[in-house]
Amino acid sequence: MTSDNTSAGQSSNRKVVVWALGIVVGMFGFGFALVPLYEVFCQVTGLNGKTGGRYEVSTTVQVDESRQIRVQFLTNTNENMPWQFKPLVREIKVHPGEQMKVEFYAKNTTGEMMVAQAVPSISPSEGAEFFHKTECFCFNQQILQPGEDINMPLIFLVDKDLPEGLHTLTLSYTLFDVTERTTKTKS
Amino acid sequence: MSAVVGEHHDDHHHGPAKGLTRWIFTTNHKDIGSMYLWFSFIMFLIGGSMALVIRAELFEPGMQIVVPGFFNQMTTMHGLIMVFGAVMPAFVGLANWLVPMMVGAPDMALPRMNNWSFWILPFAFTLLLSSLFMEGGAPNFGWTFYAPLSTTYAPPSVTFFIFGVHMMGISSIMGAINVIATILNLRAPGMTLMKMPLFVWTWLITAFLLIAVMPVLAGVVTMMLMDIHFGTSFFSAAGGGDPVLFQHVFWFFGHPEVYIMILPAFGVASQIIPTFSRKKLFGYPSMVYATASIAVLSFIVWAHHMFAVGLPLAGELFFMYATMLIAVPTGVKVFNWVSTMFRGSLTFETPMLFAIAFVILFTIGGFSGLMLAIAPVDFQYHDTYFVVAHFHYVLVPGAIFSIFAAAYYWLPKWTGHMYDEALGKAHFWLSFIGLNMTFFPMHFVGLAGMPRRIPDYAMQFADFNRISSMGAFLFGVTQLLFLFIVLKCIRGGKQATAQVWEGAEGLEWTLPSPAPYHSFTEPPQVK
Repeated sequence: MTSDNTSAGQSSNRKVVVWALGIVVGMFGFGFALVPLYEVFCQVTGLNGKTGGRYEVSTTVQVDESRQIRVQFLTNTNENMPWQFKPLVREIKVHPGEQMKVEFYAKNTTGEMMVAQAVPSISPSEGAEFFHKTECFCFNQQILQPGEDINMPLIFLVDKDLPEGLHTLTLSYTLFDVTERTTKTKS
Repeated sequence: MSAVVGEHHDDHHHGPAKGLTRWIFTTNHKDIGSMYLWFSFIMFLIGGSMALVIRAELFEPGMQIVVPGFFNQMTTMHGLIMVFGAVMPAFVGLANWLVPMMVGAPDMALPRMNNWSFWILPFAFTLLLSSLFMEGGAPNFGWTFYAPLSTTYAPPSVTFFIFGVHMMGISSIMGAINVIATILNLRAPGMTLMKMPLFVWTWLITAFLLIAVMPVLAGVVTMMLMDIHFGTSFFSAAGGGDPVLFQHVFWFFGHPEVYIMILPAFGVASQIIPTFSRKKLFGYPSMVYATASIAVLSFIVWAHHMFAVGLPLAGELFFMYATMLIAVPTGVKVFNWVSTMFRGSLTFETPMLFAIAFVILFTIGGFSGLMLAIAPVDFQYHDTYFVVAHFHYVLVPGAIFSIFAAAYYWLPKWTGHMYDEALGKAHFWLSFIGLNMTFFPMHFVGLAGMPRRIPDYAMQFADFNRISSMGAFLFGVTQLLFLFIVLKCIRGGKQATAQVWEGAEGLEWTLPSPAPYHSFTEPPQVK
């Protein structure tokens, strides 16, 4: 044990430990940084079918009368979610740039108050960034008393920059039971 | 080992302490290396027993021996224990024993941390294994622990699993830092980086991979912990998270991890093949560069594990081509080993047999990997036994055969005795046959569509599964022979010379056999 006990050896060891731990801490942080990076990446590219948040309509939006886009609505309930959940209109034709309002129906079929959260997804994912929601029930959570039902609005428009090759967009909502999650955070 | 230590007393040095405290408080790289190796062998037997439970259940169609829930726990724990408990600690043990002797250092650079990084491991695995006896059972979500199986639907013991992973991560990171500090600071005068033995090179690169990705693993299990206990939703779509994100973060760790388990094996093969070919390693610099390129590429190929998850076309293409690119540096290595043997004066002692089998069988595993890398066909192979065949071909004859090869190659240096060559060869041939019987038929049932991680299967897979199960029991029992050979070698045998093998080169062969408790207290000169 000669060379590593000298002060020169120890200080160079300390240097290695310091920068190696720097890498370790940095990479631990990077693991968490992947979460927002992934969100941003998906939002920018529209990959994964993720749609953006609330869209502000400028008053000068022009309607592209030359083509029509078919928009289909799908609803699913997540496992263990007993609510009835369905679109009132299954399919609608819109011109790009034209604002439309459709409604979805939900009913709490259980005997207890429940909170639900709908999560949207667009298919094909190339169209996700061109589908704008100006008003959506998915921006909020739905609280329904036992047996209560509700018609929930969605106001949307399809961007007139939608690629020419796309003629049909499918908007799918999955309804999750978040009762436990919300009551836990409140209490 | 302890019997011979007394002979090396002199004025400056003392032998090891007596009794149990020697092992608890030791900071000696050889003691710690031995403990790592024994620990990994025990884990190898435990993980292997779990594999035998799996193979016993799959011996014929229908449910025979275990319930499906326990079957899932077995597949999960088998994977976790083999990866984190057997293969990784075995390589750290080899690094502890060999890196200081190969670079002419007296010990590891940070001996106290070395003690700590070993002694965390038994606690980590006690924590993990204890979950088998808990209510709800052990983790049952596969060793890749995909969310939401490992979060929303996990058994309560998942928290023990998470802390176990944290602890083994800390252990690996400390071990890796130690290896880096030793290699960078304690090389003997004259040993430049490009004169280092390839085992040292591959471990240096592996250590960098470890400190880069083990923290990411720690991060992903921390996110799971927060999702489970603190109401966050990293991986829960209901709260705005995304289960696919889990797979991205996990495989960002996971792909470099598979190279962590194979790069030191490349190093071992690159030490052994030249010795028994009695030639210098062909293309040393290209070996170093190939290893480094594999390590760099490993960071940009992770999503090839996720072709079936719904990646966009651009992503599928990128990850497909990037993955295939890895075949180039890997091919360089394989050709270099073959060229080293070409026109050499070959002899086939046990380490060489394991090393040659490593080259051949690892290449087979590499080729099935190339098949899996092709995104369009991966949709057929995904989650079938073809994948199981692939990664067992790179891990068992890859990582584990190289560990056996290393053990036979350096055992005479460690113990001072030659092992029993006839028994060693028997161990090799039985392992070789057992391994191929176990894993080769899995290619066929996989291509025919048998899904992995399922305790029951359709009738048409019965014959191949029976062969697999018989091979697995042959392979498993054979490993007890290895235990016997090692014990016999420790207790006695033909006295080994310092050089041990006729063609061996390197600083460790300049030391007497067995290597004295303290070696290279005066650094040797390397020309």
